[in-house]
Amino acid sequence: MSTLEAKNLTIAYGPEPVIEDLNLTIPQGQITVLIGSNGCGKSTLLRTMARLQAPRSGTVLLSGEEIAKLPTKEIAKRMSILPQGPSAPEGLTVNQLVRQGRYAHQSWLKQWSREDERMVRLALESTRLTELAERPVDALSGGQRQRAWIAMTLAQGANTLLLDEPTTYLDMSHQIEVLDLLFELNEKEQRTIVMVLHDLNLACRYAHHIVAVNEKSIYAQGQPEDIVTRELVRHVFGMECEITMDPLFGTPLCIPHGRGRSIHGESRYGQLAAAGAISSSG
Amino acid sequence: MRKTYVIRSKGERFSFLIERRAVLVITALMLLVLICAVVGTSIGSDFISPLQVLWTILGLNEGQHDFVVLTLRLPRVLLSLLVGAALGMSGAILQGIIRNPLASPDVIGITGGAAVAAVGFVTLLGGALSIKLLPAFAVIGALVTSLIIYALAWKSGVTPIRLVLIGIGVSSITGAGTTFMLILSPFYSAGQAYIWLTGSVYGAAWREVYTILPVILLVLPLSLWFARSINAQAFGDDLAAGLGVAVQRERVGLLLCSVLLAGFAVSVAGTLGFVGLIAPHIARRLVGNLFGSLLLASAPIGALLVCGADLIGRTAFLPLDVPAGVFTAGIGAPFFLYLLFRNRNQF
Amino acid sequence: MLPLLRDKSKIWGLAALFALLLIASAASLMLGRTEITFSTAVEAFRNYNEESIEHIVLHTERLPRTVIAGVVGAALAVAGALMQALTRNPLASPSVFGINAGAIFFIVLSIVVLSVSSLSTMMWFGFAGAALAALIVYALGSLGRDGITPIKIVLAGTAITALFSSFTQAMLVLNSTGLQDVLFWLAGSVSGRTLEMLYPVLPYMTIAALVALFMGRAINLLLTGEDIAKGMGQNVLLVKLLMGAVVVFLAGGSVAVAGSVGLVGLVVPHVMRALVGNDYRWLIPYSLFGGAVLLLCSDVIARLVILPNELPIGVVTALIGGPFFVYIARKGGAKV
Repeated sequence: MSTLEAKNLTIAYGPEPVIEDLNLTIPQGQITVLIGSNGCGKSTLLRTMARLQAPRSGTVLLSGEEIAKLPTKEIAKRMSILPQGPSAPEGLTVNQLVRQGRYAHQSWLKQWSREDERMVRLALESTRLTELAERPVDALSGGQRQRAWIAMTLAQGANTLLLDEPTTYLDMSHQIEVLDLLFELNEKEQRTIVMVLHDLNLACRYAHHIVAVNEKSIYAQGQPEDIVTRELVRHVFGMECEITMDPLFGTPLCIPHGRGRSIHGESRYGQLAAAGAISSSG
Repeated sequence: MRKTYVIRSKGERFSFLIERRAVLVITALMLLVLICAVVGTSIGSDFISPLQVLWTILGLNEGQHDFVVLTLRLPRVLLSLLVGAALGMSGAILQGIIRNPLASPDVIGITGGAAVAAVGFVTLLGGALSIKLLPAFAVIGALVTSLIIYALAWKSGVTPIRLVLIGIGVSSITGAGTTFMLILSPFYSAGQAYIWLTGSVYGAAWREVYTILPVILLVLPLSLWFARSINAQAFGDDLAAGLGVAVQRERVGLLLCSVLLAGFAVSVAGTLGFVGLIAPHIARRLVGNLFGSLLLASAPIGALLVCGADLIGRTAFLPLDVPAGVFTAGIGAPFFLYLLFRNRNQF
Repeated sequence: MLPLLRDKSKIWGLAALFALLLIASAASLMLGRTEITFSTAVEAFRNYNEESIEHIVLHTERLPRTVIAGVVGAALAVAGALMQALTRNPLASPSVFGINAGAIFFIVLSIVVLSVSSLSTMMWFGFAGAALAALIVYALGSLGRDGITPIKIVLAGTAITALFSSFTQAMLVLNSTGLQDVLFWLAGSVSGRTLEMLYPVLPYMTIAALVALFMGRAINLLLTGEDIAKGMGQNVLLVKLLMGAVVVFLAGGSVAVAGSVGLVGLVVPHVMRALVGNDYRWLIPYSLFGGAVLLLCSDVIARLVILPNELPIGVVTALIGGPFFVYIARKGGAKV
């Protein structure tokens, strides 16, 4: 098990920092989701934790060791990162793709050990891609393709998985397909998962721990049901909303205010609601 | 299922995974290169049978065809093969690191840099230094030019499109520079210079063969060393870094390999257009996208292309000797347009 | 970016540019291997003395090349301005589009294969080559999901240039008589030409330039977007065809007279755009004069840098235009 924490992190592209003096400890064996409005620095934070971006000051500690001082291959064995919207060369098969995940474990003389073979097989199995292993990646559906990329990071054999918006560009059913897979990986194999998600409601449903990033630092963090409130949404997203309960999962559900057609008391749906036949809270 | 061979030593001190298809294709290509070498040597203004050629090369022919085979034809055929292999490999590496199917040493401007340095060497330093230094100058020219292009294309990172556009812009400058030098040149012989700029292995000698051979022998294993890294880089810088690749460092190393190959090729055969573009594409069709096999297949394909172009050029229009570059560009440019058409949604 | 010149000063700017053109022309007549003073030049026009070397040089060499440089520069610059509007691509210009290479190949073809010797016939081959190259590049550049993009146009133009150049090379290798002359011409040059070479193409180029000058308003509307222009009642197809024809006549004619002079059509419209903005009513006349000035100056430079020899003018324009191309590419395909 390897722990991941950020200490006094300040990150900047230009003169103005994006993240300032931020401290964060990722809970082990749980799913952590970073939320925040566009451009708040949550992706930058994730990239810095994955050593893709160098911080201006502060450190990221992996099992207590500074990642800036660890060899990049050593980091790769303990922590994998899936950036946003990855793309594969034309015609590459799922199998070939997933094999690339073993890069950190190989050398010029050791290109395909038994361990490599086993890890690739396991990765394909746990993402349910064994059947599709010989298909070209570009011929897969959006959800399957994302599963293939996740399989690749699994083959890396790291216990901590970082994912930057793994559900962008996916339609709703494929979003659920990918998040369910990540949830399973966490439940069955106790992997630590850190990801950036845009959809607050899905974040509440899948995350054990939510980190809300705002104004260069962390506004709040904790269990979704403890911290996701009207005040948080107002502060972090700059939006008025009602928080209610997800009718299926009981997790917090955010319903934004704003304009739109109101059909209370008019349509059949509204009458049903009024009669209490379907839940209408908030 | 793609058939693969796994080779492992007992204690797993070493282990390899090789795709059967790649092994078959590359072996077949190597055989074709051998055949092409022998047949190419036997065809010419007078035909010498392939068997005779073989005996002559092995020295069993009592000097009968020695002059034609060993002095005239064989170096030329070998040089065309080697130059083609170098260009094919150079293109395969470039397309790998730039992640762009349209990248090639000539489009990016590397060959232009080599040309201007080579012509400048002859014009400005003509006679002052030994002609043996020409390849060194061409390679330095290629290196400097590619550095300039890379630096100019750098704007918090290098995007492939900017690299290509700036390469084209820089090419127009180096092209003008080359013309400038040619006109300055006291030994100004338009015809010769023109043929060289078109790319030709006309009048090849053993010295040129020995110039480029060591480079290929050196760079080939070096690039293969980087093969797994290139495969990972194909997914983009972030993902490659996440997998444990030291992206920037290895990219510079690979670029260096590519520039060395292209620079030496230009120094001995002029600017043979489009070989570096086509060869990797044909290779990709045959062995797929994994870099190791791609590189090993691009080399013989490039070799066959240049050797074939030269063979046509020196036999089809006898007694004229048409530069091979005319044919490689004649095939290559339409192919480039086809690629552009196929990738029309990418740009 | 706001244009440097505002409404009223635009007309003065044009006058200043015209004055500059006169100065550049005078410089072009006077400077070179044989220096000619201003008074001698005036004298040569007033009463021509067949005994004076200076007078002969002025009449047989300086005058033709000055006129040709002015005409070709103006034509290429206007063609470039129109192409940039037509393709909405800041990098568009006749040489980038492969038009020069296309025209050259057709002309060389007509000489080598069909033994054409009259310049007016060659000219039509030049027009045909220019049109063919332009069509191919335009078609390839506008295919695909995103329509015309700078990178596609540039890549297609590069490939077409390489293709036609290799055909030209093959022609020249197969028939190597006069290669030396052709080589100089291929690099682009305005020297060693007589005014008689300009006469057959001049009428077509003049008409094309006049049409361009009158199209300013139509082009401005087209630049707001094809759909909007259609909605406002413009016959978009007609306007675009007309622009294409103007480009082909201007660029094809230039190549027939002066060979491949690269990147003038790229640089001049951009510089002029900084002066008067993207208003084509002004941009076209400004480019006309600006192009003439640039090519005249380039030609003077080409004559002077390596005395007693001289450079092909195409080398000078490429050395000026290449860095400019890089600059625009770096600035990142800012839309026209």
